[in-house]
Amino acid sequence: MRLLPTLVALLVSFSLVGPIGAESFTFTAIPDQDASRLQQRFGQVASYLQEQLGVEVNYIPVKSYAAAVTAFRNNQVQLAWFGALSGVQARQRVPGSRAIAQGYEDQFFKSYFIAHRSSGLLDGGSAAVANKPFPLAMAGHTFTFGAKGSTSGRLMPEYYIRQYLGQAPQQSFRRVGFSGDHTRTIALVASGAYEVGAVNYQVWQAALAANKVDLQEVQVIWQTPTYPDYQWSLRGDVDRRWGQGFSAKVKAALLAIKQPELLGAFPRSAFVEADNADYEATRETAIAIGLIDES
Amino acid sequence: MPTLSLKRLDKGPAQASPSFLSLRSSSFYVALIAGVCLLFADIEIISPNPWLELRAMGEGLLAPRIVSYSELLQGLANTLSFALQGMAVAVVAGFSMALVYRRWFIRAFCAFIRAIHELFWALIFIQCFGLSPLTGLLAIALPYAGTLAKVYGELFEETAPQPGANLLASKSLSAFFYTTLPLAWPALCHYTRYRFECALRSTVVLGFVGLPTLGFYLETALSEGYYGEAAGLLYVLLLLIASQRWWLRKGLLPLYVALAVVCLPPSANVNWPTLLQFFGEDIIPQPLRTASQQDLGPWLALMWQQQLWPGLCNTLVLSQIALLFSALLALLLLPFNSTLFIGPLLKRGSDGLLIIARSLPEYLLAFVALLLWGPSMLPAIVALALHNGAIVAHLLAGFSQQLYLRDDACRGVNRYAYEVLPRIYRQFLAILFYRWEVIMRESAILGILGIATLGFYIDSAFEEFRFDRAALLILASALLNMAVDTLARRLRRGLQLDTKADLG
Repeated sequence: MRLLPTLVALLVSFSLVGPIGAESFTFTAIPDQDASRLQQRFGQVASYLQEQLGVEVNYIPVKSYAAAVTAFRNNQVQLAWFGALSGVQARQRVPGSRAIAQGYEDQFFKSYFIAHRSSGLLDGGSAAVANKPFPLAMAGHTFTFGAKGSTSGRLMPEYYIRQYLGQAPQQSFRRVGFSGDHTRTIALVASGAYEVGAVNYQVWQAALAANKVDLQEVQVIWQTPTYPDYQWSLRGDVDRRWGQGFSAKVKAALLAIKQPELLGAFPRSAFVEADNADYEATRETAIAIGLIDES
Repeated sequence: MPTLSLKRLDKGPAQASPSFLSLRSSSFYVALIAGVCLLFADIEIISPNPWLELRAMGEGLLAPRIVSYSELLQGLANTLSFALQGMAVAVVAGFSMALVYRRWFIRAFCAFIRAIHELFWALIFIQCFGLSPLTGLLAIALPYAGTLAKVYGELFEETAPQPGANLLASKSLSAFFYTTLPLAWPALCHYTRYRFECALRSTVVLGFVGLPTLGFYLETALSEGYYGEAAGLLYVLLLLIASQRWWLRKGLLPLYVALAVVCLPPSANVNWPTLLQFFGEDIIPQPLRTASQQDLGPWLALMWQQQLWPGLCNTLVLSQIALLFSALLALLLLPFNSTLFIGPLLKRGSDGLLIIARSLPEYLLAFVALLLWGPSMLPAIVALALHNGAIVAHLLAGFSQQLYLRDDACRGVNRYAYEVLPRIYRQFLAILFYRWEVIMRESAILGILGIATLGFYIDSAFEEFRFDRAALLILASALLNMAVDTLARRLRRGLQLDTKADLG
């Protein structure tokens, strides 16, 4: 076993500057829908930022939130497009980091609870979604969240389940799954494999628009109250590295994005200002359901 | 090759020796325990309406699409460079450890590094080396080294002892190189080749550290439901694996590895503060970290009650049942993949089928089974049994090809049941015990089914950045691995040694 450490040491010492992690300003972004062709889509955003900021800008196509948060903490990425929960988790680990902008839609984001016909929870679409009361009859059915670390697919739905049903999802439902992805949640509930599921409202609307949903089989039965979601988080030490006023420049550049092809990568209609206080509620929610510890 | 003369000495396994009886009884217990587990298993069948999704999948398979050739080429380059480098490190490290595999601490260490899924290794190494090729490389190399050490070590122990016993200094390294290694060589090559194929599939992990590979694009396309794209990538991956025999030549390997290093230099971004914080603070149990040092007891009790105990039960039940069905499937498939039973042309065909069965990612199989039967342990059992059954069958067929049969050996069912199977049965059990570990590890990515195995909780702990919990759970699964490893060893020891020369 002396061999492995030696090899590792050799590899490290011989290593050149790799394709990533050089002295350039680096960001990562994981969109809440359509994670394909990340490099191509966000490469454009990188070029835009490079033009605006006058420094070399790199994009790293990380898809795992845990990896993205760690990279933010390691100072390998200085800017990241995070969901509300992962943003809170990341900023908690990097003192001085700030939320600087959010998507226009992210000021009033929401999750839908969707159910399959076989659950007996559909009401034939009589009431508008916004007026529907929380479906207490959901208890005892099978239920699927999205990814474990998702704000719209896990955190907020679980919070309201606990609030209305009075106990943890594992006790409230016959079975609780984590589909890992909003698209999969829709597919699973549409097939009736799970009776009820929680999904990002934007992904649901995109699936509806693309005619991928059979409303005879699956419908929205409830929507959560609105909450803040995706945001740009920036490390606090960028000014020291790239000069005074750099973080202000980054913020201005993001808020100024108007090109549809750039906004389409996220996809959002515009970026607006945000700060850490906007996500205090997210932090408290995560503490309330035991996803993060009080610090 | 000394194999020939050796085989003639072999008295043949057809006589029911005591050892074969105990082999039989150990198999019986595997089946019995699985039967008991089935009683406790959380199995339920509901009949959803999966046809919309399955039709989309079918259409995708029939109409594969390559969206971007530059992306595909880059993905291919990443996949190959990475798999070659990862395997190079793993083979060297694994082989060195296999030489001293008799030592219990080596075995324990190997069991420990094997217990952690590549995904979690990647997340751990990110703390040390950042988002870098080295992180991805080590995430594969380390668990693979543990696996190779085990498999090589056991192959060495399984070789015929007679040639070595005839030497004066039978314990020396040169004795090893002139007796044990040549005897184990064919099986060793066969397994290493298979492992390289696994490395190609495992490159999904690189995507998580920012270097997209074929596996990464495939995973993305599948989770987004872009089945046409997924099919395109899957076909490329299958072609790559199926054509291995033509391009993966021993003589060319040094060249390949050199090219791989040039193409994807294993650079790293060492970040000492996070590294220290990770090992010095993050993995320390939470109550010990706070200023007012609380008691560890309640934390442990809570972890035991909420995660360890249920996780342990579910893991044992699931892996035992999945194991039995993998075993049955493998025994069923074996004769269709070995030239001892079928012609070389048919063998090519069944090779292809087995490659498809084992290359389809488990989470995809589980997803399809979930669409068909609803959430319970059943989709997990089906997915794991199909995937692992195909792998065991492939490996067994490889072992069977190395058997030497007499010209007048019996044929057909008799050859299968009385000649071939008894002679490779011990290898069969050894592979099965290893697959048990794999199943335990893989259950981490089946959260979609809502089965709370140890892996499920480890995944949650990483997702919540609770590395202290992850460390405890990993420790538990490593202990479980070691226990199974020890049991398997005892069993093999107890089961006679006189059938040793069966493999050659």
